[in-house]
Amino acid sequence: MIERLTEEIGLEPERYELTEGPAYHFELGEMQRRAFFRVLGGGVLIVLALKDSTAQQESGGGGRRGGAPRPVEIGAWLRIAEDGTVTAYTGKAEVGQNIRTSLTQAVAEELRAPVSVVKVVMGDTDLTPFDIGTFGSLTTPDMFPQLLKAAAAAREIMLDLASEELKVERGSLLPADGKITHPATNRSLSYGELSKGQKIMKAIGASPLSPREGWKIAGKSLRKINGRDVVTGKQRSTPDIKLPGMLHGKVLRPSAFGATPASIDSKEAEKLPGVIVVRDGDFTGVVAPNEGTAARAVAAIRAEWKTTSQVSAKELFDHLRKTPNPPAKPPDTLAESLVAAHQKLERTYTVAYIAHAPLEPRAAVAEWKDGKLTVWTGTQRPFGVRGELAGAFRIPEASVRVIVPDTGSGYGGKHSGEAAVEAARLAKAAGLPVKLVWTREEEFTWAYFRPAGVIDVTSGVNKDGVITAWDFHNYNSGNAGLRPVYAIQNQRNEFHRSDSPLRQGSYRALASTANHFAREVHVDELAQSLKIDPLEFRLKNLKDERLRAVLEAAANTFGWGKSKPAANHGFGIAGGFEKGGYVANCAEVAVDRASGKVKIVRVVTAFECGAVVNPDGLKNQVEGSVIQGIGGSLFEAIDFENGKILNPRFSRYRVPRFSDMPKLETVLLDRKDLQPAGAGECPIVALAPAVGAAIFDATGVRLRSLPMVPNGWKS
Amino acid sequence: TMRILELQVNGTRRRVEVDGERSLLSVLRDELDLTGAKYGCGEGQCGACTVLVDGRATRSCLTQAASVEGKQVTTVEGLERNGALHPLQEAFLAVDAMQCGYCTAGMIMSGVGLLKKTPNPTDVEILRAMEGNICRCGTYPRIVAAIRQAAGGVKAADKAADKAAKGGAQ
Repeated sequence: MIERLTEEIGLEPERYELTEGPAYHFELGEMQRRAFFRVLGGGVLIVLALKDSTAQQESGGGGRRGGAPRPVEIGAWLRIAEDGTVTAYTGKAEVGQNIRTSLTQAVAEELRAPVSVVKVVMGDTDLTPFDIGTFGSLTTPDMFPQLLKAAAAAREIMLDLASEELKVERGSLLPADGKITHPATNRSLSYGELSKGQKIMKAIGASPLSPREGWKIAGKSLRKINGRDVVTGKQRSTPDIKLPGMLHGKVLRPSAFGATPASIDSKEAEKLPGVIVVRDGDFTGVVAPNEGTAARAVAAIRAEWKTTSQVSAKELFDHLRKTPNPPAKPPDTLAESLVAAHQKLERTYTVAYIAHAPLEPRAAVAEWKDGKLTVWTGTQRPFGVRGELAGAFRIPEASVRVIVPDTGSGYGGKHSGEAAVEAARLAKAAGLPVKLVWTREEEFTWAYFRPAGVIDVTSGVNKDGVITAWDFHNYNSGNAGLRPVYAIQNQRNEFHRSDSPLRQGSYRALASTANHFAREVHVDELAQSLKIDPLEFRLKNLKDERLRAVLEAAANTFGWGKSKPAANHGFGIAGGFEKGGYVANCAEVAVDRASGKVKIVRVVTAFECGAVVNPDGLKNQVEGSVIQGIGGSLFEAIDFENGKILNPRFSRYRVPRFSDMPKLETVLLDRKDLQPAGAGECPIVALAPAVGAAIFDATGVRLRSLPMVPNGWKS
Repeated sequence: TMRILELQVNGTRRRVEVDGERSLLSVLRDELDLTGAKYGCGEGQCGACTVLVDGRATRSCLTQAASVEGKQVTTVEGLERNGALHPLQEAFLAVDAMQCGYCTAGMIMSGVGLLKKTPNPTDVEILRAMEGNICRCGTYPRIVAAIRQAAGGVKAADKAADKAAKGGAQ
């Protein structure tokens, strides 16, 4: 699936998720085990369970490739109720990308129905078709056309039914505004009247899709479809769910990563009113009538831990270079072209671990009822988490339902189901529904991080400013965006796996941010050493017309080359592509020579991702990527020592705030002739190098580590 | 130790029996099922839990519920008047000043607190008042635009209310 998609839209294969075993191996107690065998009494179910657990081992993270093929019948994706309400079904999760809105547009567009009658059910493993997960900017290139097709097919069925009922030629009918009209006789039938609420079992087939140039609902700005619920506080995400009899849970956390319990004394905790202490293998948690009591109970547990010595932040980059697959000698052609180069440049760049810090921390509400486990949780992989739960409790996936309420963001940080598994374990012991909401400190510590990395670049240029040789090695951070966006004759680009001291996983645009930072700063260094304008240098070295278009659009809007920066200001430019999108940034910074402070004062972003689905929604995503990118560019870094996170709070881990906001100008290039691609990730990749170039322009200081100025540009 | 608290929330008297040390956030969310205010950090650093206490934007995660007895507490659920949204809620919708929406209630309450104190804030005043609220999705420019847009609307609404009040007094 992913492989097919990545080929189709030119994405590089990469690791989207953690590759690790389950966090806990539950014993589940004698009684529960008996119950388990009872559930699995029939041979068929056992076969299912075995199949599930095999799939899990193969994917290494919980059923990722274990999914069923996509259903072909329309009714699996779209239903029309008798009252004309249209409900679409997708396994994607809403985590702030506003795909609930864009997918609504897809359905309304092809069905020819008003947006107001369309409802989208998302991320519910019992109701929605299997989905691999909400990541890789796949919703727009993959799910958006899927729902376009399903809606177009449903529209065709409505035409068939209306033609039959009205006894007129199909071609004389007009689908519009949620009904089929026969203009000649001025008769019409609503979709509700036609469908009579029945599920359409016909296959989607190849119904004609409207040309993008003629889009009436898609391609137009539509505000967040459930915005009113958000601004009135009615919107409920997982931490807001309340079930009858629900209790509150907390988990006892080890003193450091990898620590195992040496002794646990929970006598004091058990004395607290209504508290149950749950111990199962290395897992210890509590259940209490309210969150405060749960927190007091877990604090009252006295635990000693067996710890092991671990790599700390200060020795991180040396450690990451120790890889089992170090770079071999460069191939002869590359080595020769480096020797023959007019100028050779060898540089190292680094990036720190950073946290996604979604404002909604991991949370889950779990309920066991009649042998079935239902978990509400904020995750980007509802079906993956279903697999994790089935594995942890050794039950068939069919006995698990995962529901993802619209979630307080993810940015690639919520591919896993830690809180879901923990809440389910506690609920199983309590015999009542349990809610578990991670604290901010837990989220900063026990989630996973964007990988840190070291990147070595060796390059050669000729006298005319053409890059002739390129040797690029990324240690640990990943292979997304590894290959240069420039046309270089002799090149080698390698990703080297390392042993990461911290748990690491996906992040918005993955390693593309790291690789673009190294590449684009390096290119800026080459341009500077040859005294060529950095935009001109880039245009000289690239063949990709789409990249050229965004670079030129950003430069034009910024006024690149038209004026010199004011005193203590600097200008920088960078660009690249990722996940089918193309981005260029021009940045202006202001530096304070006394304090060393850097402020990004202006950012122009030009972005192109094929046909635009929702212009203002897209602009919102692009702006958000730039603002979020400021953190990783300037000051965000996880500090850690010997298995402990030293800055697991917003008071110690600085994220972008209102005062960090630059003046933003966003230019969207709408390419109706191209398939729409996702936009949540790409616009973050070029900000850091543009800002780095601007800091160099202002100060003459070249910064090669992300974050660039955690303590100002002078240190 | 359990105590009975009498709270004025969104114009209604609410009695709750809770531990005297419970935070206002926890009482609002878990006892009164007002879940608009969110937990984001528990240390007053993110502003997701912001509510108004006697008209002032207040971090409910750091406020003991017992300390607001006798004061007027307003949550995001209490802004709507007879089906009409507060001008700042309308402005958030108009400029689509949200992505995931988890910070939105706190942003709106901080903004409403600002507009009560400073009906026509400068950009500098907006940034200063909002600096303690985090939006990880990065919608800050839109939130500032919404507050700017609402500033006019709040003035108009206040004028109308004044006029109505004066009319009533005559």
